[in-house]
Amino acid sequence: MSNQRDPILKNIRRRKVVDFLFSLAGLLSLLFALVTLLALVVDLAVTGVPRISAEFFMNFPSRFPEKAGILSAWVGSLCVMLTTACCAIPLGVAAGLYLEEYAPKNWITQLIELNIINLAGIPSITFGLMALGIFVYKLELGQSILTAGLTLGLLVLPIIIVTTRESVRAIPNLIREASYAVGASKWQTIRYHILPYSSGGILTGVIISLSRAIGETAPLITIGALTFVAFLPTSPVQSVFPFVSLQWLKDPFTVLPIQMFNWLSRPQAEFHVNAAATGIVLLLMTLVLNGVAIYIRYRFRKKMKW
Amino acid sequence: MKLFSYFFAGLLCAAPLFAEAQSVIKVDGSSTVFPITEAVAEEFQAANNAKVRVTVGISGTGGGFKKFCRGETDVQDASRPIQSSEMEVCKKEGIRFIELPIAYDATVVVVNPKNTWLNEIKVEELKQMWAPEAQGKITKWKQINPAWPDENLKLFGAGSDSGTFDYFTEAIVGKAKSSRGDYTASEDDNTLVTGVANDKFALGYVPLAYYSENKAKLKAVAMIGGEKSPLKNKAVLPSKETVENGTYYPLSRPVFIYVNEASLKRPEVANFAKFYLANAERLVPQVKYIALPKKAYTMGEQHLTKKKLGTVFAGHSDVGLKVEDLMKKEAKE
Repeated sequence: MSNQRDPILKNIRRRKVVDFLFSLAGLLSLLFALVTLLALVVDLAVTGVPRISAEFFMNFPSRFPEKAGILSAWVGSLCVMLTTACCAIPLGVAAGLYLEEYAPKNWITQLIELNIINLAGIPSITFGLMALGIFVYKLELGQSILTAGLTLGLLVLPIIIVTTRESVRAIPNLIREASYAVGASKWQTIRYHILPYSSGGILTGVIISLSRAIGETAPLITIGALTFVAFLPTSPVQSVFPFVSLQWLKDPFTVLPIQMFNWLSRPQAEFHVNAAATGIVLLLMTLVLNGVAIYIRYRFRKKMKW
Repeated sequence: MKLFSYFFAGLLCAAPLFAEAQSVIKVDGSSTVFPITEAVAEEFQAANNAKVRVTVGISGTGGGFKKFCRGETDVQDASRPIQSSEMEVCKKEGIRFIELPIAYDATVVVVNPKNTWLNEIKVEELKQMWAPEAQGKITKWKQINPAWPDENLKLFGAGSDSGTFDYFTEAIVGKAKSSRGDYTASEDDNTLVTGVANDKFALGYVPLAYYSENKAKLKAVAMIGGEKSPLKNKAVLPSKETVENGTYYPLSRPVFIYVNEASLKRPEVANFAKFYLANAERLVPQVKYIALPKKAYTMGEQHLTKKKLGTVFAGHSDVGLKVEDLMKKEAKE
């Protein structure tokens, strides 16, 4: 009796060991990634956190490391992000909707789709080179916030298109058919059903793409973003008529990653501390953006009832 | 009359949204000169109550000259004199410039502090190490001097876009940009510092400011300049004094700004250039560079007011000349 069952038991035991080994290997890989990340963040935090103060945010860069701050850098980052969002979101969402809802399913559409997926994987510096040729030299926009916003906008456009399409595709066809059945036109269906139901996914994609754009340095350096800028862009609100000004779009700028890179290459160790502090600010900004993305996704999931 | 002024007020109001562009002084160029220009720009903006905007970029000396000769920038930071090829481009584009030396920089040959055999080095020995012919052949310390150990020679140096690279190769090898390629090259001098600090058998060259900040991690090697040097075969360590009196030969050099003559017609650019020269003596040491003798700055101011155009260098660096003598030379465009 036991002789017959023994091989089976043995087999089971062996499989359980393999099972355990695999889960262990998986856990170790996860730990490896996490520990590396944690070590980096902790190291950054230990060096940088003591440097962060209100002054650090309110001061311009300076030759004295203890007086130097990131005012022009974070304002620049914010302005560039705003421009990026303004040009990438409408374009990206509209393109995604068109491809998913309107475009005829033929080889041209497939070619476009293939290209968009490819574009999402192109190294960012290529976008920088293109922007240098088109925006800076051909359209003569200069090394301005507008150029940077457009460049990063193009960079994240494919991501927004892909996520828009995916969240639109996730909506069951039943919804569309029901809408048509009560006499809605295609646009009304999109406006009152497709867009509201997919906005959670779209917003998540938008925020993820913005948090990618905020850390980009290579394309901005290629278009000639500056390193030392000790002034803020022109205020969009003016005291004289017409009270609003778009001049800030044409102003020179610097961004957080460039400021950080410059401080890191200085000989004085005090500047390296500033760089670490800037790194933390950048990390927190990305974290907040991602947190917002998760929260939005969560809320929209709860609201959807099909 | 009143109607007239209403009309004007109306015109003003209708000004496009992009109006009221503030004047910006654009500076770009060498990362070596950047800290000096940054300091001057900081002070200049403070002195003008932030009414004038100054931007400073880092495109490297070569990249900066490309922009400067297209007329995109007003002032160019340069860690070496303008080259003949760059002068030609400027000429073609009709850009005329005034050359102003603003500080000294020195390049320091550094080794690991544990290195016991190397305290001074001859220019010829350095040339043997760094010449293009050495590539793949000179790999051991012993090959250069039999007294040195039979260990791998690990070299660290500036990347080829940097003005430091141009100057080092010109001063040591004899021709700008002619260097062996099989060494650890970096545009970031902190990388070179770390590299030399972690390897007993390493040798590298870094700007003086990087050596001064890392004296605990690096050992400077004294230079033996040879026949052309003022002290002949005496070994000289880099310091404020030896750079100023020209005995730290041949690795000390002046760094420059080039001002676009057309931009000088804008009063704020002219003021900036004057402010630069008037305050350099005070600001340069604050950012760990060595100031020129006072006379050099007054001569610079004269060049500025008299608009002495062109460069005193015939398209290449003159190794080891004193700044005052340099500035007296006939300038060429």
